[in-house]
Amino acid sequence: MKKFAELYAALDESTKTTVKVAALVDYFRNATASDSAWAISFLIGRKPRQVVPSKLLREWAAELAEIPLWLFEESYHAVGDLAETIALLLPSPNIDDLIQKSLTDWVENQLQIMAKMPEQDKKQALIQSWQSMTIPERFIWNKLITGAFRVGVSQSLVTRALSELTGIEAAVLAHRMMGDWQPSPEFYFKLTQAESHETDPKQLYPFYLAHPLEQPLEELGEPGEWSAEWKWDGIRSQLIRRNGQTHIWSRGEELVTERYPELHPLAELLPDGTVIDGELLPWDFNSNLPLPFTALQKRIGRKTVTKKLLAEIPVVIVAYDLLEHESVDIRPLPFHERRSKLESMIRNMAESNHMKVSPVVNFNLWDELVEARSNSRQQMVEGLMLKRQDSPYRVGRKRGDWWKWKVQPLSMDCIMTMAQRGSGRRASLYSDYTFAVWDKPGGSLVTVAKAYSGLTDAEIGKIDAFVKKNTTDKFGPVRAVKPEIVMELAFEAIQLSPRHKSGIAVRFPRIVRIRDDKKPEDADTLDNLKQLLASFTQDSSLNESPESE
Amino acid sequence: MNPILELTDRGFFCPPGDFYVDPWKPVDRAIITHAHADHARPGHRHYLTTTEGLGVLKHRMPANSQISAVPYGEQVNYNGVTISLHPAGHVLGSAQVRIEHRGQIAVITGDYKTEPDRTCTTFEPIPCHLLVSESTFALPIYHWQPQSEIFDQINHWWKTNQSNGLASILMAYSLGKAQRLLAGIDPTIGSIYCHGAVEPLNAVYRDYGIALPPTQYVSETARDAKSKKTDPQWSQSLVIAPPAALGSTWMRRFSPFSTAFASGWMTIRGARRRQSLDKGFVLSDHADWNGLVASIKATGAEQVWLTHGYSATLARYLCGIGIEAKSVDTHFTGESGSSDPELTSSAPEPQESAGDS
Repeated sequence: MKKFAELYAALDESTKTTVKVAALVDYFRNATASDSAWAISFLIGRKPRQVVPSKLLREWAAELAEIPLWLFEESYHAVGDLAETIALLLPSPNIDDLIQKSLTDWVENQLQIMAKMPEQDKKQALIQSWQSMTIPERFIWNKLITGAFRVGVSQSLVTRALSELTGIEAAVLAHRMMGDWQPSPEFYFKLTQAESHETDPKQLYPFYLAHPLEQPLEELGEPGEWSAEWKWDGIRSQLIRRNGQTHIWSRGEELVTERYPELHPLAELLPDGTVIDGELLPWDFNSNLPLPFTALQKRIGRKTVTKKLLAEIPVVIVAYDLLEHESVDIRPLPFHERRSKLESMIRNMAESNHMKVSPVVNFNLWDELVEARSNSRQQMVEGLMLKRQDSPYRVGRKRGDWWKWKVQPLSMDCIMTMAQRGSGRRASLYSDYTFAVWDKPGGSLVTVAKAYSGLTDAEIGKIDAFVKKNTTDKFGPVRAVKPEIVMELAFEAIQLSPRHKSGIAVRFPRIVRIRDDKKPEDADTLDNLKQLLASFTQDSSLNESPESE
Repeated sequence: MNPILELTDRGFFCPPGDFYVDPWKPVDRAIITHAHADHARPGHRHYLTTTEGLGVLKHRMPANSQISAVPYGEQVNYNGVTISLHPAGHVLGSAQVRIEHRGQIAVITGDYKTEPDRTCTTFEPIPCHLLVSESTFALPIYHWQPQSEIFDQINHWWKTNQSNGLASILMAYSLGKAQRLLAGIDPTIGSIYCHGAVEPLNAVYRDYGIALPPTQYVSETARDAKSKKTDPQWSQSLVIAPPAALGSTWMRRFSPFSTAFASGWMTIRGARRRQSLDKGFVLSDHADWNGLVASIKATGAEQVWLTHGYSATLARYLCGIGIEAKSVDTHFTGESGSSDPELTSSAPEPQESAGDS
């Protein structure tokens, strides 16, 4: 655990990729196969299940630190991370009580056993474990217990390090790391063995992810080298048919086969040895368009689905790539070849309502694509995807061959009315805000959104200072502030919502900029938003923000 | 209303004695707890400090300022009010101000730390009725580790940087923290350079008789650095600079380098990551949570006023354990420290920043 805590600290401290990779290589070189397997599992973001509910953790930590619970909460708001708060609050460990145990030991012989204990035993075990650890170890341990283990390490860094260590290509390692393997010495041996081994029939391929397009279209080269299609707003998925069985994976590498029974019959129509990359979407068969993403949210969490829900919110797979064909990995083939194999395969298949091929958006000139993109909202899509005709299917987020080109977001000018401290990098800074618009010109303020991303550190510092000087009221960690600061918020969609006091809900709100040039009275009104909503739901040229100037 | 101390818009005022403590607007008579900019401001007609703190305050105040000094513990009488200054352990010459009038005793701590520090006299709690205490780090997450461990960490970081060919740039407040670091690190590791804001204060400390290892003023060597594009010496050296120098052009000459900040704020990972520092060393010249609570209890004060930092939090906690306490608004560096505004500035030739943190 000491070594793993040191690795975490090294990864956390450095912003340089080379330093991070070197720290990882060093760890894997010296760790046991079993520790390495667990480390990989945590580093690539597989979360352990939460063993102790946060509420109890807080209570027990406060009790051990001999402080009242409110003081624990104050501390938490300054730190912005539960695991870290607890590690810092607990009385310093007694050197004689420190115990050295491996990561595997802590996970397999403590964490997994604690998960099954009754509450009182759990508490005893947890307190004992805290007392036997240094502060950095406690921090890691708390992260594992809360199931919130997140590191600033991408999967690609881990594969790079392992590739450096073993000489195996990073793409091969990434592929072997997909799916729901169990961390074990066997897994680590298989992963790092030079020869390829029998793959699990459930095994999925690493997804190829697109970068947002930042440059003008013309810089991409000849339009003829590119293929365009809609950017769907659903769940990126892989549909696997092997050995007469169907497996559906979400982009989060979660096996979701059972949640979407309506897709099972169509999968049975697929030839054996097929892997399709596509988007899982809630579908409106009347308009033959996707339903809003919010509809899909009703299906995401459900392991069993009622008939009613199946009828209300049916899902489809919109296929856009073929990764495995006749049991052969065809990812190295050019996109246009994979695409034509996909099309002919689906053409030859018996008809299914639940499988569609993502249509190609035809264009000869870049300008036609600009035109097409402006229709995105009518098509219920987020914009366009651009794929280079001769590109292989790559691993992870790589620049150059695939680009996503989203529509301009909608926007509104709002007034910041409340602020709360952030977490992580923004710990102890007022960085999470509540925004309001006027219910009518000269009227009163109604909350419309919360947002925290979009500002630079310097801007957050400025707002933080404003909040501290202009607090009018405190509700626990939330501070009400003088309604003086106007910010422009961007969002992807707007809809009616009886759950919100304003009657309106916006999707993915984020801060575009601080409007120092605007006074509070210049902010938008509820009427402006209702007009926006009307035009958004009806149709049309919605690339303009209501009040943009 | 307390008969011997009140908070006015100029600062803490003693009506019977007709003097102020650390006032933020010009007054006739100011008693100064220590020379950090948020406590010692220019423009008063008369200053009183400790003998230990005289050199530092003179260095910080305009040349013609009238400054008197008394040794720790010696009593002075202003209009029938007895005043004495007692060690606060914050920086060289830092003092708590004890005010006694008609049997009532008030103590203003200024900033203080409870750990020993070779560069200044160690804090001692002073029994009183009314205590005005700082509360910069008044959250139970702030627990200082033994400073010997921190100095080991710094030495280790310096040596590691040497073997990786990186200069070691250590950010520290130029008055107090910088000298405490100099006194605590292992000077046999390599040469030590100091920024222009730090070096003159080293001289003041040495003049008072505080032994510090040899240091060199960086600007003196700047021209050499220009003639040779890279000076191989930097990679073996430790450079001490105020936080405001972070990201400045002044720093570029040391490239490649590793940066670190020695401050109590470095307890929280988020604070360190925000500044994109390579290292954070948790070393503070303020009392930690336990230090604050124990010191306040030790004074036996019936009433506690808390100035800057997490004052409301500490006040609530103290009330909960039966000590009457409240948070008071002062112009001392308060919450701003928690977001380290100094650190975000990138002035090429940094100004001195107020009070540690």
